[in-house]
Amino acid sequence: MTSLVTDVGVVFSRELRPVVRDPFSVIFSMIQPLFFLGLFAPLLPDDSSLQWFVPGVIVMSCLFGSSMTGSNLLFEMQTGSHERMLVTPLRRPALLIGRALKEIVPMLLQAVLIVAVCIPFGFELHLAGALLGLLILAAFCVGLGALSYTLALLSKNRDWLFWTVQQTLLFPLLLLAGVLLPIENGPGWLQALSRANPMTYVVNAERALFDGDVLARTTLWGLIAAAFVGAAGLITGVRTMQRSE
Amino acid sequence: MIETRELTKHFKEVRAVDGVNLRVDRGELVALLGPNGAGKSTTLRMLTTLIPPTSGSAEVAGFDVVRQQREVRLRIGYIGQGNGAGHSQRGRDELISQGRAYGMRARAARARADELIESLGLGEVANRTVSTLSGGQRRRLDIAMGLIHAPDLLFLDEPSTGLDPQNRANLQEHIVRLRAEHGTTIVMTTHYLEEADSMAERVVIIDHGRIIADDSPQRLKSAHVGDRVVLGFDSESAADDAARALDGARHGAQVRITSDDGPRLAARSAALAPASIEVVRPTLDDVFLTLTGRSLREETLVEVSS
Repeated sequence: MTSLVTDVGVVFSRELRPVVRDPFSVIFSMIQPLFFLGLFAPLLPDDSSLQWFVPGVIVMSCLFGSSMTGSNLLFEMQTGSHERMLVTPLRRPALLIGRALKEIVPMLLQAVLIVAVCIPFGFELHLAGALLGLLILAAFCVGLGALSYTLALLSKNRDWLFWTVQQTLLFPLLLLAGVLLPIENGPGWLQALSRANPMTYVVNAERALFDGDVLARTTLWGLIAAAFVGAAGLITGVRTMQRSE
Repeated sequence: MIETRELTKHFKEVRAVDGVNLRVDRGELVALLGPNGAGKSTTLRMLTTLIPPTSGSAEVAGFDVVRQQREVRLRIGYIGQGNGAGHSQRGRDELISQGRAYGMRARAARARADELIESLGLGEVANRTVSTLSGGQRRRLDIAMGLIHAPDLLFLDEPSTGLDPQNRANLQEHIVRLRAEHGTTIVMTTHYLEEADSMAERVVIIDHGRIIADDSPQRLKSAHVGDRVVLGFDSESAADDAARALDGARHGAQVRITSDDGPRLAARSAALAPASIEVVRPTLDDVFLTLTGRSLREETLVEVSS
């Protein structure tokens, strides 16, 4: 007999299989954040810039990757493979949860790659903090992935809608989280908007954690924000999947 | 295997399916035939739990398609209009994960995948990425996925659309063989007349969301159209005599008679010594034309050429 857990496992491993079969396709898609490190980080003012900048870039690459992942579902809705899975006895929540959980894997690979590239340039790795940081990030990217799938389900055969919404939201979220430049020097209204962005707390937590500052208040706030995004994403995603025809 | 009562689906103002009562028994091969937009696929999508009916009910494999979706899904196979395999996946991987989706253990799913790869002639392409397969190969992979759990009831939605004649014949052969070997109940939609005629022993003609005829192709033809026997004579007077004797209509030196059994009438009319005898047997298109005043074929031709 199957359970929700085995169903999630089936969907998760199916999603992961192309990555396992052809790891190069993923590695090439990971090069983008390296441009930010190579071409943007040198423009930052003080010496500790890498230590400050890298955690943000890890969150950014997670945002880019996970927010686009719905396009895979959109494509499978067009080719017919999503429909084929809807006729199987797989539980509807599993169809979403399994897909969203898969987002953790490219996120981890990407984080490892970015850190590995930066260590020779003076980035200090604090392992305990980094691991907790990745855990927070896992919850965050599962939520983002789930929201991206929700958007795909709602867009249904309207690619333009998916991409318009995704692209429109992407940069405000990124800039307001203070990934590229610190928010503290900005005007009050910008800081207020930044405080309303859950990603801000995740980015702050990652910066503290990757710097070895584990028992900080920012960690707790990051954890809460990531758990909120994760739960909200999964709940909306599962509901949308159950309702979609 | 299937029983629907006043099955109805509305899409906003459109009555896509309008009170369908259909009963399919175990082991039947039924073709739902009708023009595009007649409601065939919508009916199929309700029977396979993909969309809920607006009203009416349907029992499939003994379970209600709305209240017992999971029970229905466990017992049916479905091959939709699109390609079931993910384009970035490998065929064999998709077959195995399809088996796992039906609760098969990994080892059993692998063994069953091997079996289907073998019987559908996919050996050389099963380890390739699906996006590199030809249309015919993908379709066979779809069939394999639909059969992974050896369902008793198989639904196929326009299975041969988009295939060239050779692949189409190939596919039809697979379906017929599947039924002969396993006694699988098969319900398929099609707008290809020849496909319905040659494969199904029962054709359900659907138009505007309603069943307008339901019988074997042979009986549909004799009941709604009948054979036409055309006798040619050397003179109009001989034709006149024959027309009276056989209760036919004379057109010049020809006599045309409609009959349930054209060949028998032709044999009988040989006694009148006609110069030529022609028996014209109706097609399912003639049946559709008689029932609706429209031809299915025009639409098919347009589709093929586009």
